[in-house]
Amino acid sequence: MRVPMTLSLSKDTVLVEKEQDVVFLKNRVKEVAVKIKMGLVNQTRLLTAASELVRNMMRYANGGKCHIEVVSSGRVNGVRLTFIDRGPGIPDIAAAMRDGFSTGKSLGLGLPGTKRLVNEFDIKSKVGEGTTVTILKWANG
Amino acid sequence: MDKIPILRMGSYLLVTIQVDLYDRLALNLEADLVQMVQKTSAKGVLIDISAVSIVDSFMGRIIGNIAGMCKILDSETVVVGMQPAVAITLIELGLPLKGVHTALDVEKGMALLKSMIDETNYDDDDDYEGADDLILE
Repeated sequence: MRVPMTLSLSKDTVLVEKEQDVVFLKNRVKEVAVKIKMGLVNQTRLLTAASELVRNMMRYANGGKCHIEVVSSGRVNGVRLTFIDRGPGIPDIAAAMRDGFSTGKSLGLGLPGTKRLVNEFDIKSKVGEGTTVTILKWANG
Repeated sequence: MDKIPILRMGSYLLVTIQVDLYDRLALNLEADLVQMVQKTSAKGVLIDISAVSIVDSFMGRIIGNIAGMCKILDSETVVVGMQPAVAITLIELGLPLKGVHTALDVEKGMALLKSMIDETNYDDDDDYEGADDLILE
């Protein structure tokens, strides 16, 4: 039997509605990363990426939820985070993924920067319905 | 509400960030620090981030803002103690922290501040010599 590409080993969901939840979410992500023995630099990349995405969710969609999964592909483990909000959505994803583009008053590094920090990055958005961003970081990738 | 203490040492202000920053805390620090620079006429600000494990684009911007604001108020800022993993992440994120002076540790940071301030001012440091009073806002 062929091993599936990625296998989900555990799944946890954190609701993010207020600023304290952000701290809680980061702590949960860190716990999971430590549990799969992710290296310190990768932990920092993952947590920074999570920090960017959760801020976007708070700022543009007034909150949402995040799935935290431990995934496995063969012998390597990783952490997959899925941020789901029911905010206004992103009309032009290509623009949002460009460095320096922002509809808010930020530097516009959040999305493209986040993509550079993780191994896999996926964004889906529908105007008026919300945005889902999925990132994956392997323990030693 | 948490607050990050700002210590005054002579003509310098010392800030040691011992917790992971969240947005409001960072914004408060920015406002408090700029106020303190004005109130104490501080010539230099030293920010120790050795205990900070994450600096994302927002925090990076705040650090840059603080350095820029203090500069306009005639004060130099040095950020010390950045963890290697944070430096890696900042560059990959696309935030090179241009315009922010850095040093590896507090000692080197103080030396850098002193040298920067001595270059611009020859006259006014005497009355602060030996003063080690702490002001907690």
